[in-house]
Amino acid sequence: MTTPEALRQTPLTAFNIAQGGKMVPFAGYEMPVQFPDGVMKEHLHCRAAVGLFDVSHMGQVIVRPKSGRIEDAMLALEQLVPIDILGLKAGRQRYGLFTAADGGILDDLMIANCGDHLFIVVNATCKAADIAHMRSHMSDSCEIEGLTDRALIALQGPEAEAALSALAPEASGMRFMDVTETTLLGSPAMVARAGYTGEDGYEISISADRAVALAEALLADARVRLVGLGARDSLRLESGLCLYGHDIDPSTTPGQGSLEWAIQKVRRNGGARAGGFPGADVVLPELEKGASQRRVGLLPEGRAPVREGTALFATESSEEPMGRVTSGGFGPTVNAPVAMGYVPAELFDAGTILFAEVRGKRLAVSVASLPFIAQRYKRS
Amino acid sequence: MLKFTEDHEWLAIEGGVATIGVTQHAAEQLGDLVFVDLPQVGAVIEKGGVAATVESVKAASDVYCPLAGEIVAVNEDIANDPSLVNRAPQGDGWFFKLRLANPDDANALLEEAAYLTLIG
Repeated sequence: MTTPEALRQTPLTAFNIAQGGKMVPFAGYEMPVQFPDGVMKEHLHCRAAVGLFDVSHMGQVIVRPKSGRIEDAMLALEQLVPIDILGLKAGRQRYGLFTAADGGILDDLMIANCGDHLFIVVNATCKAADIAHMRSHMSDSCEIEGLTDRALIALQGPEAEAALSALAPEASGMRFMDVTETTLLGSPAMVARAGYTGEDGYEISISADRAVALAEALLADARVRLVGLGARDSLRLESGLCLYGHDIDPSTTPGQGSLEWAIQKVRRNGGARAGGFPGADVVLPELEKGASQRRVGLLPEGRAPVREGTALFATESSEEPMGRVTSGGFGPTVNAPVAMGYVPAELFDAGTILFAEVRGKRLAVSVASLPFIAQRYKRS
Repeated sequence: MLKFTEDHEWLAIEGGVATIGVTQHAAEQLGDLVFVDLPQVGAVIEKGGVAATVESVKAASDVYCPLAGEIVAVNEDIANDPSLVNRAPQGDGWFFKLRLANPDDANALLEEAAYLTLIG
């Protein structure tokens, strides 16, 4: 157990406490699981208006090419991820995965092309390992800088554009996965039109000493309410998004994690830059022949949530579990329990009925396609 | 007779039958409930046994049986609408009625004043 004294704080921890945040240890940080509104209201508010999330625990990393040529940094990073980085235009970002030699997933991340450098956001629990991993493989050609003096604020929901445009008018012209370096409250900020809720919105990286001022300025708009990690989890689960360490981890491959969409043709067998990342000999053939087990959506038929770790059975009486739930809870927008888990190939199909064992009872769950709710990204 | 437990339950005891629910404080701590799993009528439960389970968006929590006895009624209203527990935890949001195996054991439970001191 981590003692509370050992927990790290974000630039917004004191602000979160002052706003009534119920603080819990998360990834080594003291983070708000909810505010006085509660998880249910925070979740629904984010889908209806705008939620503001402190996600400053996440790792922010800058990769600079020593040659000054961004292509050198892109090609260096391609040695660690099965992603087309070279094809990423300036001002755009995309989702990626660090893979291990056995094809397992070491972390998932966002990679932005900022013109003369790459800006990367990684999970809090993995950031030290990710930075070490990049330094050990990319230091010949790149400087890897972990940013420790930055906050990360997510602004998510259908009114996010209106709320942020009041401070930075250029925000309204951005599309999903655009990134731009701009000025907020007179300070430089890095803004991405992306997020982790399934809603339209932004993630804003700003200097730590300006984080509270930015949060206050955004919250001055009555449409914006604070949202904690509890609703962040239910929002991303409804939207079918993976939580690293739960839905994907070193024991699961990209194919098993249903993340083949993240691997562009150019990095697959037959592509111009096929392979060349750790575990390519496992990951790429699996994309062609199909994974033996796979992450799917699961809709419990009753009202009882089916939580992480719950065993899945093929029938009401079968003795050996054939799968497991990796994320599960209640979806406030779906207004029903929702879950994700791994099942073997023969049980992938949507509508297949499985049984989850909850408190000694076998509850029927149906395999469902993800996401559970329509994602509302601003693609054009 | 109204009694409380350190596990944040209340018991209204009349004629050897206790109506049992969770306290206002517990309901606030649990957050918005989305599911309640109640015991079967007729179930015999030991003191400290799990009598019910409640689930919020985020987590599941057990409700323990504060005394030994037999379940003689359950509140189907909270199974149909778990938010009733949040709205009226010490009224319409009761959980179950327990015929006490040893009614005198209730004397060892907390008085309301002692419970209020406990939660500060």
